[in-house]
Parts: sequence; C-alpha cells; structure tokens
Amino acid sequence: MSSVIRHRLFWPLVALALLLLVNLFKKPDFFAISVINGNLHGSLIDIALNGAPLMLVALGMTLVIATGGIDLSVGSVVAISGAIACFYISGQPDQNSLSAVLIAVALALAASLVLGAWNGVLVARFGIQPIIATLILLVAGRGIAQLITSGQIITINSAPYKIISGFWLGLPVVVPIAAVMVGFTALLTRRTALGLLVESVGGNAEASRLVGIRSATLKIMAYGFSALCAGIAGLMVSSNISAADGNSAGLWIELDAILAVVIGGTSLLGGRFYLGGTVIGALIIQSLTTTILTMGVPSQGTMVFKAVVVIIVCLLPVIRKVRSTRVEATS
Amino acid sequence: MMSPAMRRRLPAVVTATLLVAMIVSGYLRYPKFDGQAIYDLFIDNGFLLVAAIGATFVILSGGIDLSVGAVAGFSTMFAAWLIVRQGWTSWLVILIVLAIGTLAGLLMGAAIHYLEIQPFIVTLAGLFLFRGLCFVIDDNSISIRDPFIAGIAEARFQLPGGTSITLSAFIAIAVLAVAAYVLHYMRFGRQVYALGGSEQSALLMGVPVARTKLAVYAVSGFCSAFAGVLYIFYIQSGDPSIGVGLELDAIAAVVIGGTLLTGGTGTVLGTLLGVLVFGMVKTILNFEGTLSSWWVRIFVGSLLLAFILLQRLMVARKTPAPA
Repeated sequence: MSSVIRHRLFWPLVALALLLLVNLFKKPDFFAISVINGNLHGSLIDIALNGAPLMLVALGMTLVIATGGIDLSVGSVVAISGAIACFYISGQPDQNSLSAVLIAVALALAASLVLGAWNGVLVARFGIQPIIATLILLVAGRGIAQLITSGQIITINSAPYKIISGFWLGLPVVVPIAAVMVGFTALLTRRTALGLLVESVGGNAEASRLVGIRSATLKIMAYGFSALCAGIAGLMVSSNISAADGNSAGLWIELDAILAVVIGGTSLLGGRFYLGGTVIGALIIQSLTTTILTMGVPSQGTMVFKAVVVIIVCLLPVIRKVRSTRVEATS
Repeated sequence: MMSPAMRRRLPAVVTATLLVAMIVSGYLRYPKFDGQAIYDLFIDNGFLLVAAIGATFVILSGGIDLSVGAVAGFSTMFAAWLIVRQGWTSWLVILIVLAIGTLAGLLMGAAIHYLEIQPFIVTLAGLFLFRGLCFVIDDNSISIRDPFIAGIAEARFQLPGGTSITLSAFIAIAVLAVAAYVLHYMRFGRQVYALGGSEQSALLMGVPVARTKLAVYAVSGFCSAFAGVLYIFYIQSGDPSIGVGLELDAIAAVVIGGTLLTGGTGTVLGTLLGVLVFGMVKTILNFEGTLSSWWVRIFVGSLLLAFILLQRLMVARKTPAPA
C-alpha cells in the first residue's frame, strides 16, 4: 500500500480523479460519450481535444527543463507557426490544394525548428541564462507573428488544413498526433541512452561535458524539440479556428506547460524527468479549466484555481520533507 | 585596458549613448519633437519606471519576480472596487492597496526563503493568483470618478518653454531618488548587492540573508502596487487586464539598463536609462506613424538581445573560459 502511495504519479493521479469526480457531481452525464455523425462527443473528448496542444508544448518543455533550462518562448512559437501556415495558405489560388497545405505545414515546422535552434544556441553556445535567452523570443516573437499577419487575423478556408483539428475514425485527430509524439519521445529517451544523457546534462552540464557528453548539442536539440512541439501545437490551434491570430494564439501557454511539467514531478532544477507525469499534469490543467467552466465560474477565474494548484504542488514536497526530518529526529 | 569599475558601467554607458542618439535623431527628424516629448517619456512610462525599480531590487539580489504586472493590475481593480462599489475614502484605499502589495511580496519572499521554492514558481503562482482575482472582482474595467484621484491625475506643473509635467511623473522620479539612496547609501542596499553576489558568502559575512531576501520581494511588491496606483492616476479607472506583461517590460528595461541578471551588479539609474530607451522606442514609432505597434516588441526584443550579448562579452572577458 505504502509503495502505491509513494509512487510519484500517485498524487497527480488522485488530483486528476478528484477533478473528474467533482465534475460528475455537478454534471451527472459528464462521463457520457455519444456518437454524433460518426464522431465521438462528450466532456472527456473535449478535454482530450483542447488539452492536446498543451500536452505537446509540455512534452517539449519537459526535455528542456530536464537539461536544466526553461523555454518561455513556446507561446510565441505557437503564434508564429500558425501565422506562417495560414499566411502561406491564404496566398494560394486554391486553398483546398493538399500540396499547398503540406508545404504550409512544412514551412511552419521548419521555422519553429529554426527558432528553437536559435534559443538553444543562445543558451548552449553563448551561455545566456535560459529564462533570459528565451525571454527575447517571447518579447519579439509575438511581434514577428503580428508582422507576418500584418496585425490582422488571417482567416482561411482550407479543407485539408482543417483535417488537423477534425475527426478520424471518430476520434479527434489531435489525440493520435499527441499520442504519437509522446510515444515517440518516450521510446527515444527511454529505449536509447538519449534520456539518460539529457538527465546527465541537467544534473551537471560541465561534468557531463568532461565525461564526453556533448552537452551543448543536446541542449540545442532539446530547445529545437520544444519549439517543434510548440509549432505542431500552433498548427492545431490555428486549424481549430481556421485562422491565425498573432496576438492571442498560445498566449500564456508557456506558464501552463511549465505548471504541467512541475505537477508531473519533474524538478525545475533539471535532471530527472517524467514524461508520464507531464501527460497527467497537462490533463489535470485541462480538466481544471473544463471543471471551472462546468461550475459556471467565468473562464478568467481559472487563474485563481491554478494559483492554488501551484501552491499545493509546491507545498507537498516541503511537507513531506518536514515530516521525514521529524521521523529522523524521533528515531 | 579598462578598469573593472569601468567595465561594469559599460552597458549603462552604451544605453546612455543610445538614449542620447535617439533623442538627438528624434529632435532632428521630427519638427514636433520638443522638450515636451522628453517630459512625456516620464509621464507615459512612470508606472513602468516604478515597476522596473522594484524589479531592479529583486534582480540585484539574484531573484526574479513574475508577479509585477498581476499585482499592479490587481491594485487598480481592488482600489476601483473599494472606491466605486464600496464608497471608501480614496487616499485610504491607496494606502491599503500599497500595504497589500507589500504583504504579497513579503509572503512570496518568505515562501522563496523558508520553503526553498524557486522564485520563478512562487512568483508565477502570484501572477496567476492576482490576475485571477482581478477577473473575480469584475470582467470589465471600473471607471473611478473621485475628486482626490482626479485632482492628482490632472495636476500639472508648468515648466519653462510652455512645457508641463504631471504630478505622477514627479512621484515616479521621487521613488527613483529614494530607491537610489536606499541601494547606494543605506546598509540594506549593500546587503542586497552582497546577497546577489553570493548568498553563501553573504551568509558567512553575517548579512541577515533571510531578512534581506524577504525585504527585497516586499520592495518589489510595494513597487508593483505603486505602479498600479500610478496607472489609476493615468487612466482614472481599474482594469482587469492592465499590466499584462508589465513584468517582462520591467525585466527588459532592467537588463537594457545594465543590471546583470545573475545578480550583484547594476544600478537603479541604469534602470531609469533602460525605461527611457524603452519609452523612446515607443515615441519614435509613434512619430514615425507608418510603423505599426508590433515593431515595438521586435525592437525591444532586439535591444534585449544586443545588451545580453554585450553583458556576456564582459563576463567572458572578466573570467577567461578554460580552453
């Protein structure tokens, strides 16, 4: 029993279960999943649908945090990626052309990778603090996104682009995309030495370099991966509304993503990281948002609850530490 | 060969040169750019200056405060709610919101020091809490019609040459003067620098680390709330989305002003220069007319990059990297 309670995913899972139970009380048909036009619909599907971009961003953030860094620029990358894709598609004579959409997606993801590599180079080669290095892109990035869209909201009417936020075999397409990305990352980090190397860089970058690990390259890769994830999230967000909004797409998603990672048990100091924890963390945050909407509290009120969650999550290890030192003192 | 003291001042000197260059080119390029435009820099950026002064204390001590904008926004909303909806006396309300801001900073400092939680996370919780509370009070802005507030908001002093300056701008400059005195001529100021230089050494030297750290965040909380009060004088209302991103502007101004983000090096006068450069970017884009608002973000981002690389270069020269 105690080993179950001590499992690092125990408390996050309890929190998630509690949140869902609260919803069940408020709305008895919360767990009901209905089929409309062959597609699945229901509150749980909504959580998965809306939570997918956050989960992707949090996934990339986990690896960056594992290297001892932080990426504040993901929200701006979300905006830039959506802006590039919609800008390219809107300039095409036939917005429904599949090849045009594929090029747009490729352009957006390539730009995201470049932005991530930029962050990585600033951190790993120039030795700038991660908070500050990515702050530059956070400040300038949203300006760049608005520059691409000329400050307007570019709306597009493209059936192939809409597929990203549509349904496939009754499931929202974003869910398999997020699942594949998480699975791919888990495989790459846990079935090869890559995960261990990343944790080693986060534990002590200089020591890792001295034992022959390419710390700088690994860091650049982590920031590149984080931006790539944010780029995919940006495509999801803009596809969902069939438009690019440089001003508000992905706003504050970096804070939610960092919160998801911390709830999942990964320390902001770097080192050990837990992808499963991050997935649950992202689901908790999305469920929290949905719960608050179900309760009828204005959506902006979610922030107060998020603050409470952050405080509880931060206090848990402190309480545990105090208790364990007390046990040591008495024994 | 530069002396260490000179090298430390280099970013501030570069910022000052940049500021002068911007003002001179503005003067030459735009016929409407006169003395009043300079005073407007203080009038339009007074709240940013006060917020950035608070951020300077925190960054000098080696920490970071993300809650600045949210505390400022909450101050405007809570004050507007107390004055308009509850009919409280306005000067008392201002004292109350300043006290709340200080207390909030103190609590965050306590969490950072005693619970050993990273400043980033603690102040992020503060950001969520206070921004959320803004919207709990009201989704829309509450306009304040109060003779005391209006009196201060509209008070202008005539200066030679047909120019004038608002009382709020004076207040912001007064806060700057007090902050400069505290940082450079009081024991507390030296303790902040010592803490930012090395917490371990500061502790061994007998610096009261706990008290200093708590005080630094309390100062930042006070300055955030003060920035909120200046906002109230500026727009005569409370708005739930005011001050969004103010903390980032403040951090950018502090860095452009030559304060090292690792703590221990920098001046509050440098922060003034940073705020003025920030304001000049906005002014020039305004005068230019054809350039759109998003260029402000891109310019500030580029300036931030340039100054961080400059700082990096200095530190690299100070401590040659092992081959």
